[in-house]
Amino acid sequence: MVIVRALMGLALFLVVPPFLPEWITFLLTLAWAKALAVLGVVLLLRGGLLTFGHALYYAVGAYTAGFAVKFLGVHEGLVVLVLAVVTGATTSALLGLLLARYRGVHFGLLNLAFSMVLYAILLKFYAVTGGTDGLRLPTPLLAGIKPPPQSLRLTIYYVTVVLTALLLYVAHRFTASPLGYTLRAVRDNEVRVEYMGASVRQAIYCSYIVAGVLASVGGVLAGFSVGHIVPEVSFWTQSGEFVFVALLGGTGSVVAPIAGSIVFEFVRNYAFKYSPYTWQMTLGIVLLIIIFFLPGGLWSLTGLARRWGFATRRWTR
Amino acid sequence: MKTRLMSVIALIAVLSPPAAAQGPAPKGAPKELRVGIVTLLSGPASSTFGIPAKKAADAWVEKINEAGGIGGVKVVPVLTDEAGPGDKVVAEFRRLAADEKVDLVIGYISSANCVAVPAVAEELRLLTVLFDCGTTRVFEEAKYKYVFRTAAHTGIDGIGAARYLLAAKPDVKTIAGLNQDYAWGRDSWEIFSRALRKLKPDVQVVETLWPKLFQGDLSAEISKLLTAKPDVIFHSLWGTDLASVNSQGRVRGLFRQSLVVHNNSAFLFKEFRDLPDGFVVGFRGTHWPEVPDPARNPLQREFVERCTKKFGEPCGSPHGSYHMVQALQGVKTAYEKAIKATGRWPSADDVVRAFEYLEFDSPSGRIAMAVGGGHQAIEDSLYGTVKLDAQRNQNVLTSVRVFPAKCVNPPDGVKTLDWIDQGFRGAQCP
Repeated sequence: MVIVRALMGLALFLVVPPFLPEWITFLLTLAWAKALAVLGVVLLLRGGLLTFGHALYYAVGAYTAGFAVKFLGVHEGLVVLVLAVVTGATTSALLGLLLARYRGVHFGLLNLAFSMVLYAILLKFYAVTGGTDGLRLPTPLLAGIKPPPQSLRLTIYYVTVVLTALLLYVAHRFTASPLGYTLRAVRDNEVRVEYMGASVRQAIYCSYIVAGVLASVGGVLAGFSVGHIVPEVSFWTQSGEFVFVALLGGTGSVVAPIAGSIVFEFVRNYAFKYSPYTWQMTLGIVLLIIIFFLPGGLWSLTGLARRWGFATRRWTR
Repeated sequence: MKTRLMSVIALIAVLSPPAAAQGPAPKGAPKELRVGIVTLLSGPASSTFGIPAKKAADAWVEKINEAGGIGGVKVVPVLTDEAGPGDKVVAEFRRLAADEKVDLVIGYISSANCVAVPAVAEELRLLTVLFDCGTTRVFEEAKYKYVFRTAAHTGIDGIGAARYLLAAKPDVKTIAGLNQDYAWGRDSWEIFSRALRKLKPDVQVVETLWPKLFQGDLSAEISKLLTAKPDVIFHSLWGTDLASVNSQGRVRGLFRQSLVVHNNSAFLFKEFRDLPDGFVVGFRGTHWPEVPDPARNPLQREFVERCTKKFGEPCGSPHGSYHMVQALQGVKTAYEKAIKATGRWPSADDVVRAFEYLEFDSPSGRIAMAVGGGHQAIEDSLYGTVKLDAQRNQNVLTSVRVFPAKCVNPPDGVKTLDWIDQGFRGAQCP
């Protein structure tokens, strides 16, 4: 039933965009791509782990694409995606060895530290990374074919949505797997999980790698849709944004990050339109309102709807 | 009642003659020319670059509209903030094109945005005029059709500084660099130090310091410079870093020990009175209320007068404000040339054709779109020394030198760093 509903939602996102203005399609692309990084944050949150450095993997993905184009001459988008999965998995597997030992504020801040180390590297190695001016990412080929200019945006949009949807499904299966349940149990009581014979470390380590790969793929997709990458993708404010969107959407479902991400992008863009001087404040106020009145995130709205729907049915019966 | 009043007002508005006499708008002209203006309205670079540019845009659009607009069509600016992450800047550019339906965009102070936006402009076929950013990368790395830059790139700042230095202090032996650790700082130092060492190969670099952007406290760097005792210190600091090197350096005798050269006049006009004595400053082009001479350049006189009348002072800071007016003048001249050539309201492609290798007048003098395939402007380089006039007890700009554009810019098709390494082949210096 959940799957059917999710597929219906997906169908909506597949059918409507050709009729939308181009810039809205672009915003949606960006929202879907970033939702992958947010999903990584949400997965870890389900295990009670809050990371303030998840932009690290987002940046690893983006710069994998940047370097693949600049130094390896790879223009095939699918190859770049595979490369990003490899670099994302390698980086998170390496750092995870250390980070999976930590909990709470230590975990959050150590992640932050590593993301800032990457930021400093991207900044300092000016000749290689282009420093703060960043790298240009030309339009990729798709399975050897260059998308025609008039349908370029839609192509990138569909690739992003389909890929993200697939990864959402993977994440959904992951949360429903024994490992996913172990992760939830870890949040409740780590000691008990160990006594039951499950490995806490394994659960956290695996989730950490999955979260890293998700963000890395998100970085590639966002990078290609913007066409340019800068070291700020690894800055702590970017990580903060992911955590924020995760809370905005809620952690109740793997679909919640999509909702949070789309709302965030649109609020930010309209804040720009209607208050060019005070957009930061407008954004802040809107987000504060959401937090005050929907502490469980936007996803809690579905719960409200269900409760009301249930009540109505019982009443009519 | 209210609606009747409104219709009477509308009737008066329709019947009253246009404010200024310019020929009727050409065939196919729109009601208004919507110009997206993107400049930093928030964040650390807004005070000295973004807001002055915005003020200049206000003053100059008003002037253009008073004179009947561009080709008889009124200019309507659509203002947005450049601050924020790169993906947001691109999203905002797309929104300007699709949602605000602008006819062209003038914008971008940050070099990163000038590298990111052109590809999108090409995709949307939207005329885009980069007005202030300095990176040499834009047209040296790629070719664009719909993108122009009406200000010189930062090549003129480094090469101008080297030439000025050799005129002001021909016996310079040792130099040191103090530049913020990001792309603009790195580019500035690279161009200046390479140019100087080409012109005077025996110059030695004794110290290169890269303070973090907006580090604020530069006391450690100043200590190192005081120990290294270079003849000349070159820096490209702006914002809080410029303020602190001036205040901290002054009390610690940095300006007495070494000649300090600054390449980008990152201060407000009213802050000029607080600059240290003997400070050498470059203006990223002739962007100073006294240079070009207002008596000979009516646009310059009008710009200073208009701003002073509107804001009580010249429009903010040197390069942000002058660069903005250059962009508006370039657009105006290109449109009018295209209207003349086609005899109707021009399409974006017509304007592009008229814009390439265009020459136009501006408060900064005559600007030529001479390089980058006709898409990149070249400008003269202005350097001067701040001197305290003891009698009037205020700072004046002395030992002013203007290096002509062809003396500090490579010819079309040659990259700046290559040109320096080849010994400035073809430079036309007085």
